[in-house]
Amino acid sequence: MSNTVISVENLSKAYRLGQISSGTLSDDIKVWWAKARGKPNPLLKIGQEDHGNREGEYLWALRDINFSVDEGGVLGIIGRNGAGKSTLLKILSRVTAPTSGYIKVKGRIASLLEVGTGFHPELTGRENVYLNGAILGMKRSEIDRKFDEILDFSEVEQFIDTPVKRYSSGMYVRLAFAVAAHLEPEILVVDEVLAVGDAEFQRKSLGKMGDVAQQGRTVLFVSHNMSSILRLTQEAIVMEHGRLAMRAASPAAVDYYLSAGNAQAGERVWEDEEIPASAQPFRPVALRLLDRKGKVVETVRSVEPFSIEMEYRLTAPLTGLRIGLYLNSARGDQVLTTFDTDDGERFEEYTSRPAGHYISRCEFPKDLLNDGRYIIGVNASSYRVRRYFMDEQALAFNVDPSGAPGMQWSEPRPGALRPRLEWKIENQ
Amino acid sequence: MDTGSSMAKTKTALSILGPAASDKWDMIIGPQRRVFDLRLRELWHSRDLIGLFVRRDFVSVYKQTILGPLWYLIQPLLTTIVFTVVFGNIAKLPTDGLPSFLFYMAGTVIFTYFASCLTKTSETFVTNSNLFGKVYFPRLSVPVSILISNLIAFAIQFALFLVFMGYFAIKGTLLHPNWWVLLTPVLLLMMAGLGLGFGIIVSSMTTKYRDLRFLVQFGVTLLQYVTPIIYPLSSMSPKYQALMRLNPLTSIVEAFRYAYLGSGSVNFLQLAYSFGVMVIAIIAGVLLFNQVEATFMDTV
Repeated sequence: MSNTVISVENLSKAYRLGQISSGTLSDDIKVWWAKARGKPNPLLKIGQEDHGNREGEYLWALRDINFSVDEGGVLGIIGRNGAGKSTLLKILSRVTAPTSGYIKVKGRIASLLEVGTGFHPELTGRENVYLNGAILGMKRSEIDRKFDEILDFSEVEQFIDTPVKRYSSGMYVRLAFAVAAHLEPEILVVDEVLAVGDAEFQRKSLGKMGDVAQQGRTVLFVSHNMSSILRLTQEAIVMEHGRLAMRAASPAAVDYYLSAGNAQAGERVWEDEEIPASAQPFRPVALRLLDRKGKVVETVRSVEPFSIEMEYRLTAPLTGLRIGLYLNSARGDQVLTTFDTDDGERFEEYTSRPAGHYISRCEFPKDLLNDGRYIIGVNASSYRVRRYFMDEQALAFNVDPSGAPGMQWSEPRPGALRPRLEWKIENQ
Repeated sequence: MDTGSSMAKTKTALSILGPAASDKWDMIIGPQRRVFDLRLRELWHSRDLIGLFVRRDFVSVYKQTILGPLWYLIQPLLTTIVFTVVFGNIAKLPTDGLPSFLFYMAGTVIFTYFASCLTKTSETFVTNSNLFGKVYFPRLSVPVSILISNLIAFAIQFALFLVFMGYFAIKGTLLHPNWWVLLTPVLLLMMAGLGLGFGIIVSSMTTKYRDLRFLVQFGVTLLQYVTPIIYPLSSMSPKYQALMRLNPLTSIVEAFRYAYLGSGSVNFLQLAYSFGVMVIAIIAGVLLFNQVEATFMDTV
């Protein structure tokens, strides 16, 4: 029996670009007055001569979004930065209102856009548990009831009566997450909050999220981490430039997301506006997958060598720069990590790189990868100094297994690697 | 607000699907809230939260200070001493025959309650933007918690005032506390209401016009001089008195002083006027607050 608990109808949200308000209080009062008397579009009245297209002054963070979620459903929301995910979450969390359209909700909704919201450094752990719980919408009696459980989960029993400003960042996050994890709304909206704390704690948090889903509660889960999307959700929507690009079973949605946005299959080109200012002086240009003849391809053969090249510019000299490639399976399992200065000689040679245009190309041997879909992540950093640039899902590609060892059997073969190994059979 | 209104066309097109269309839903998030949808019930449900905010404000303010909560006493005491020296001893302003120390203290204690309610609530959106940007809870719980935590501070300061009253009485000064002291809760309510009303008007407007914050600091100082705190209303010429009575605080301060010290006046018409101003300020403030709340994250 399906029972719709969230229904998003024609939801749109526009942000005004440039300066907010017309600039002076008196102009705004005039506008407001015109509006109050029911004059149409008062902004035009005070606008300068005519720009024609008012549309140009707005950024549509969301445009005509429609979807619904059934009770007990766990829906993933994926999309690149700026695709509108956060805006959607903010509207769902009632932090901001939509420009048009509605979201209808059945049941209590709680959102976790951040852990530890409202934690006050001067208050003790105990006081903060109560404060944070209340901010997230729990009643005092509810927190009383769950306090021991929260304490247990957080692993900070000893320090519960110490002001949280004395906590290590790990303890702080654990306590904060513990409170959040014990919310019991019918609908839970979760942002990237799981990406906190150490690996072990992350595992525990993910497990807890899984439990929440198992208990039949409805969860909306936003993440950049495709493996957690695949692990926690059965279904996902993909957002693109403020629109809903697709809704499908999670593996299909993840696949679509990973291959969408590439100008050409087998190549990821970065436009200037996509590059965060913090990347300076590193400017990524393109990441390409090349077959053994140097042609850009989307699918490589398992039995042939291939290469991955990263093209970039440096607007200033950099010391200690290394370009890293991460190879993951589409399921989210890590296959390998490699850096362009892994080799000792190469490392000595490129202690610093002058400004200029570069390509770092990595050759992969034949008979390496198994049949399937892979994701390349790229990273530019100076070890223990700074990370200039990172794109964990820059490019996706397929590996075609024809001719690989064991192809005489049509069964799927688990594992990311498919090397040609030497077997000896002795008859004794 | 700009964003919302200029998209009016899109909105009307969709209003067929609007809130009225379905009532089986527990909550409908839409572009604009109805003007009078104040959701006071929600505010009532978040009383635990309000209590915790009060506690947080009270505990955190004086943590890591040497004198701790004693600051609640030192502030009005120093103000009163400065007033006594400057206005009483040097400028020799009249105080209706009362000891100038008590006279100033009475005015300061009640005015401070108003002033701190006003300044603190006026910063609601700006100081809490981080919190408001991450999670929803009834936003009005913040200004309400401010009124309550300031009430605690007032209680401490008021107790100090009573101690000094006792001291002066023992020393033989003639004081005339009278039945009007029963009006104290009403006077406090009016001070709180005025502080809240004007405070949330300002806080709603500061989401766009930051300059209002400076105006508040400055305005409170000025207001202190056009409210009969350092001088009795009776010392003014009738023309100025009429002008002073436009200030809704005037009658409250005068009534407070009359009730405890026996000087000043209780004027019902005046109090009714102040009450009216308070009601209007609160209604205007809450409506404005309610509208701004929906989209302020986009402008703050």
